[in-house]
Amino acid sequence: MEQRLANTWRLTVNEKKFIETALQSDLRIDGRRPFDYRKVTIKFGKEDGSAEVQLGHTHVMAFVTAQLVQPYRDRPNEGTLAIYTEFSPMADPSFEPGRPGESAVELGRVIDRGLRESRAVDTESLCVLSGKLVWAIRVDLHILDNGGNLVDAANIAALAALLTFRRPDCSLGGEDGQEVIVHPPEVREPLPLIIHHLPIAVSFAFFGNESGMVIDPTHHEEAVMCGRMTATLNANGDVCAIQKAGGEGVLQSVIMHCLRIASVKAGDITENIKKAVDSYNIERALKKVKRHSTSKPMDVDGAGSNSKEKHNFVHQKGINTERLKPVDEERNANQNDNKEDETKLLETNRETKDEKNFIGAPSSWNVNS
Amino acid sequence: MEYVSPEGLRLDGRRPMEMRQIRGEIGAVAKADGSAVFEMGNTKVIAAVYGPREVQNRSQQMNDQALVRCEYSMANFSTGDRMRKPKGDRRSTEISLVIRQTMEACIMTHLMPRSQIDIFVQVLQADGGTRSACINAATLALADAGIPMRDLVTSCSSGYLNSTALLDLNYVEDSAGGPDVTVGFLPKLDKVTLLQMDAKLPLDIFENVMQLAIEGCKAVANYIRELLLENTKQLEYRRGV
Repeated sequence: MEQRLANTWRLTVNEKKFIETALQSDLRIDGRRPFDYRKVTIKFGKEDGSAEVQLGHTHVMAFVTAQLVQPYRDRPNEGTLAIYTEFSPMADPSFEPGRPGESAVELGRVIDRGLRESRAVDTESLCVLSGKLVWAIRVDLHILDNGGNLVDAANIAALAALLTFRRPDCSLGGEDGQEVIVHPPEVREPLPLIIHHLPIAVSFAFFGNESGMVIDPTHHEEAVMCGRMTATLNANGDVCAIQKAGGEGVLQSVIMHCLRIASVKAGDITENIKKAVDSYNIERALKKVKRHSTSKPMDVDGAGSNSKEKHNFVHQKGINTERLKPVDEERNANQNDNKEDETKLLETNRETKDEKNFIGAPSSWNVNS
Repeated sequence: MEYVSPEGLRLDGRRPMEMRQIRGEIGAVAKADGSAVFEMGNTKVIAAVYGPREVQNRSQQMNDQALVRCEYSMANFSTGDRMRKPKGDRRSTEISLVIRQTMEACIMTHLMPRSQIDIFVQVLQADGGTRSACINAATLALADAGIPMRDLVTSCSSGYLNSTALLDLNYVEDSAGGPDVTVGFLPKLDKVTLLQMDAKLPLDIFENVMQLAIEGCKAVANYIRELLLENTKQLEYRRGV
């Protein structure tokens, strides 16, 4: 409510009329066509599980953390996933610090529905000790700049962060096998989450006077719109969630039309996210490879033999597999599966991270610094 | 678990396309400008409308239209286990926002500038479909208060379990983890205002499920219209017309 009021303060009547009249001729003020999406840029932070997304002027950051907790009583075998949103007052004058307002709660719940109810994140694999200990995954979304269409940007950020997050490996031990030992990342390679599909949110804005609708509204268009609809779909053509919370009434045929357009856009955005995550995983794998100070540009076999010298490996397979390790790791990381091979490797990686050679690393932006 | 038996009966004996029994009553809260009780099966909801009246918070006053506020809360005793926090939690905040925006779209707010309309909805018994019952109750209460509206807003939910589209889910079917589609519909204008869906559904099946929910909304609209006509006749009779 306050957000809507603040939005209308910023726009004069003339500006509003201009936007509305332009839309009647299918012209948008930033030069896009009605069904064009803005450019999506995805960057990753130094830690696993942090992502930064820019959608035009909209800027959102997502962080994923995990903790061992007691499961819910009615779901003793499943981990939990929780989404927390933080609408920072620097993003928009109408955001108040402190308790999340209505729109913050709505955004959190829309993304939560898209991820949890559609079973995108596999919660059963997060169970460590049934009924006693499970992993609770927490996604924190920080809105840094409100350029319109926060839901879509926040969704992409949450997905990118979840795809690159690695949780610590843990095993059962102790006298009766009931104690859980959490292995630090130096001892055992942390594991990625199992994500079955990527639900992508696509937002539409409806305008009155038969002006039709546009996709991915900017904050100026949001101030003028009469209604909005967010459709969350995945690349397989399934509808994961829809949120059209009142506003202007639309015909059923218009809704189906929007959903069809959304499924096309979802495919594009999924490609985008996968590419960004793949390149991040490759860089991450390359960072682990220990290099000679006189090394040349990376050659898979040469690098593998170097690391064999520096590390103490206890590995059942032969030398050949070790040499192929970087390539294997890339493939494993890309597939996002918990392969047994990966977890059996013992690595001492700390030194490699410090002396890594610069091979075009991702942005060195660190949240904690 | 089997939600639709091989004979085609659901857990409570209904057919897949059958709604629960609906019952509405106007004028339950005497102090309010308009009020209504609405029951859909075991779900019972009471709505009270105050307005149009002077805006209480001057800073929120709008000079060209009325301010609509809505508060949704569930009574502690409405669910099986006693609820700890009836309002202020995230689900209630979201549903309040949803109901407010749905009703705001059809109230002619430009006819009542600088005033405020409050809609309070309280769930007395929750057995699935509380959102829909709240919207239907709010429509009745707004009509009872005499607030000008473009059209009645009716709402109904539908789902998809055991490969069958089901109309009007109750709590057990809702918590089965299958898709749940809630539709808010304007019958005369034939337009959809509210549409919420969770869980996964392929696109073509979704179209069928949404269509089913819209049919349910039309049935509720017929009932509400009859109820309002009956109420008006009663009012005329009491005035001696």
